[in-house]
Amino acid sequence: MAWTKKDLLGLEYLSPEEIELILDTAESFKEVSTREIKKVPALRGKTAVNLFYEPSTRTRVSFEVAAKRLSADVINIATETSSVRKGETLIDTGKNIQALKADIIIMRHNYSGAANMLARALDISVVNAGDGWHEHPTQALLDIFTLKEKLGKIKGLNVAIVGDIAHSRVARSNIWGLTKLGANVTLCAPEMLLPVGIELTGAKTSSNIDEVLKKADAVNVLRMQFERDEGTAFPEQLDYFKKFGITEERLAKAKKDVVVMHPGPINRGIEMSSEVADGKNSVILEQVTNGIAVRMAVLFLVSQAREAKNEHID
Amino acid sequence: MKEKAKILDQEGISRAITRIAHEIIEKNKGTAGLCVIGIRNRGVYIAQRIAECIKKIEGKEIETGALDITLYRDDLALASGQPRVRKTEIDFDINEKNLVLVDDVLYTGRTIRAALDALIDLGRPRSIQLAVLVDRGHRELPIRADFVGKNIPTSNKESVEVCLQESDGSEEVLIAERQ
Repeated sequence: MAWTKKDLLGLEYLSPEEIELILDTAESFKEVSTREIKKVPALRGKTAVNLFYEPSTRTRVSFEVAAKRLSADVINIATETSSVRKGETLIDTGKNIQALKADIIIMRHNYSGAANMLARALDISVVNAGDGWHEHPTQALLDIFTLKEKLGKIKGLNVAIVGDIAHSRVARSNIWGLTKLGANVTLCAPEMLLPVGIELTGAKTSSNIDEVLKKADAVNVLRMQFERDEGTAFPEQLDYFKKFGITEERLAKAKKDVVVMHPGPINRGIEMSSEVADGKNSVILEQVTNGIAVRMAVLFLVSQAREAKNEHID
Repeated sequence: MKEKAKILDQEGISRAITRIAHEIIEKNKGTAGLCVIGIRNRGVYIAQRIAECIKKIEGKEIETGALDITLYRDDLALASGQPRVRKTEIDFDINEKNLVLVDDVLYTGRTIRAALDALIDLGRPRSIQLAVLVDRGHRELPIRADFVGKNIPTSNKESVEVCLQESDGSEEVLIAERQ
């Protein structure tokens, strides 16, 4: 099958086949990062712009590394020091970047739906690097890629997503991707952090971490986003660790080979103990490595699609 | 596609590959430092068969690899059918080796140009030689094969189809008219 979308906005909008195509392409790209010369000429002469309205180190750097390994030129715009501070709108910023003849905008924004809006306004590709509480598609893709690599398949797996579901775009993208590929997803969090109606996505919910862990083939532990705390929903940090934190004692009652994931950055001693984060079940650093391959695949595919489309219009 | 003529059958393909294997050994004076790398997809199967022949003749195992050239294509920007990126699998050091690059059909030479760039990103071999099952002419770049299974004069309106058991379930080389 061919990739037709100029943008990657969320996993909600992709078919299972499109998700599989990204994962398969990423598998081929993984080899590039093991070479002595870690670079291929596929996006030579293309320009990718990192446009980040929220602080991010790992996602921005991961995209930058991915684009550079494809030989694209990368420009980073930190909005704190840009015209955004002078009141420029998102669409105007996007159109200016398009007028510079950039090819791909990789955007992180604090408003849900910002990437969709920008993609509609522009002819160039938009890759969503996280928008508000909506989606973070490349994070979910790299989580799913890592799971598939570790366990050989996705269909039929029991995957637990634990933590701050309410504020998490990582959770939403994972729910879409995992359910589309046939996994059983259980969301586990204090009730205050489980949004009303989230079951409509096909995921189950629970507030009993020990029960959930017993059945899980993998557990994706989310970061508690205390910076988004508005003073009501969040439990005390120590209380949360006691009731939901992933510790060696809790893990001892889970399946022996349960895969432990975390999108980073970790709050050690809040979501999980240091022993678990650095333990034998943890694949946290492999997720980071796989993130490069997945983002290379995404950048390659969207740039291919856009050209196919332009050719069609001509 | 309208089939016009069968150029090689199963025995023909097998004899051509055997002869190429003999020529490779002769030219390289044995198998020291020798390895074969096939270009995806069908070049990989031909490369494996060449390696098997060489093993039968010389009694020595030689290293084989698979090269995907998609990311090095010069027509990525205009490729009408979207090429699928596949894995490059070369699990050995190519530095100072005598590499035999293998493909099914040699036509414009652009695939081979891409393959040479891809290989040189992986290291500095002592030499790179080229073996193809079919050379159909119409080169657009200054590239020639060292070992050729069969030379087939064709017109640009024709296409050459190589069918192998591993990928196509049959063993033959056909010329067809493009429609």
